Amino acid sequence: MIIAVASGKGGTGKTTVSVNLALSLPNVQLIDCDVEEPNAAIFIDPVITETKEARVPVPRFDKNKCTFCGKCSDVCEYNAIAVLPRSQAREGNSIFLPDLCHGCGACEYFCPAGAISETYRPIGVIEFGDRDTLQFIHGKLNIGKTMSPPLIRQVKQFMNPTRTVILDSPPGTSCPVITAVEGADFCVLVTEPTPFGLNDLQLAVETLRKLRIPFGVVINRSDLGEEKTERYCSAEEIPVLMKIPFSEKIAESYSRGEPIIMAFPEYKDLFQQLYQNIEQQMKPESKDIFSQETAREG
Amino acid sequence: MIVCITSEGDSWESAVDQRFGRCRYFIFVDTESTEFSAVENPNVSGMGGVGIQSGQMVASKQAKVVLTGKIGPNASQTLEAAGIGVVLNVKGTVAQAFDQFKKGDLKITEGPNADEKAGM
Repeated sequence: MIIAVASGKGGTGKTTVSVNLALSLPNVQLIDCDVEEPNAAIFIDPVITETKEARVPVPRFDKNKCTFCGKCSDVCEYNAIAVLPRSQAREGNSIFLPDLCHGCGACEYFCPAGAISETYRPIGVIEFGDRDTLQFIHGKLNIGKTMSPPLIRQVKQFMNPTRTVILDSPPGTSCPVITAVEGADFCVLVTEPTPFGLNDLQLAVETLRKLRIPFGVVINRSDLGEEKTERYCSAEEIPVLMKIPFSEKIAESYSRGEPIIMAFPEYKDLFQQLYQNIEQQMKPESKDIFSQETAREG
Repeated sequence: MIVCITSEGDSWESAVDQRFGRCRYFIFVDTESTEFSAVENPNVSGMGGVGIQSGQMVASKQAKVVLTGKIGPNASQTLEAAGIGVVLNVKGTVAQAFDQFKKGDLKITEGPNADEKAGM
């Protein structure tokens, strides 16, 4: 089973839930997909055994063959190419801005002069490691690079279907999150019972309903804040899979980079219970989350 | 010579738009005939790379100089590649900017004076 752990709001405890769930179960592969700021490794402390460079395709322009017709610029959806025809610049000129390029290859495909070929540029690394029997992978986007989805996609190519795969997703509801949770069998949304937490949870719920991924909620620091989050979940028939009350001791262990279940072994049972709750949701006889949407819209 | 002025409106009395890539209008004025044309900027709410699109659009109108407030790195590169001069930090109305330019009070600068995405 592939379980994505996501949240609308940042800092609600995605990594805490991912890491502790991963360490509480047998035969797990944990993948940190938050490639802009991967931090699961701080808690897992894996032995890194292999590193691969992650690259994306980019066009290379042969200015001797280029007729400055502007076709490549016209077809570029991301405005990564400017072409100044001869009539406008003294000799005709073109500029390529690699940071805007999504590597789709349209410019090469449509160039009538054969002036564009494909080359690669590095965007980050993928590191593989383990801790005891846990397999660990994370992607690290190079500093200054703005496009994480290609790296997230490449990291996810190494998912191991023979294991329970846990995907620690980036926060939010934009492209990186969609890329991380896509293909998951179930998504755990971690939230906190605050107005911001609830607002962003609602955005995440809308996103997952669009993606048709079954989901449930974990409420972290569940005893701080207000009851609106639980009321929302029950009104929307969203299962609350686990509640983690606030504890200064958990915060202390977190700040030492120590997983909760190491500092408080009794939590291992609770995270195993979380997994069982997820399995329960996945059973065909349990209430189908898609039918909720149909009921709601119908 | 054609001068391009970024503008918040479509008339001589409109204020100079301080953004280049996402300005409301591009005003093109011929310094000889003072022929005036206002072109609504289709890139105002573009997702990204609008500096490049706006730069190409200005080049396609044969402008040789741009008068604006701020310009980002992508637009700056595009205009430079097109051989278009840029005057930055221009304030007031389109008419005032044009008069100052004709009198030779405005100096062409090199390079950007705003970060990417600053105009969003």
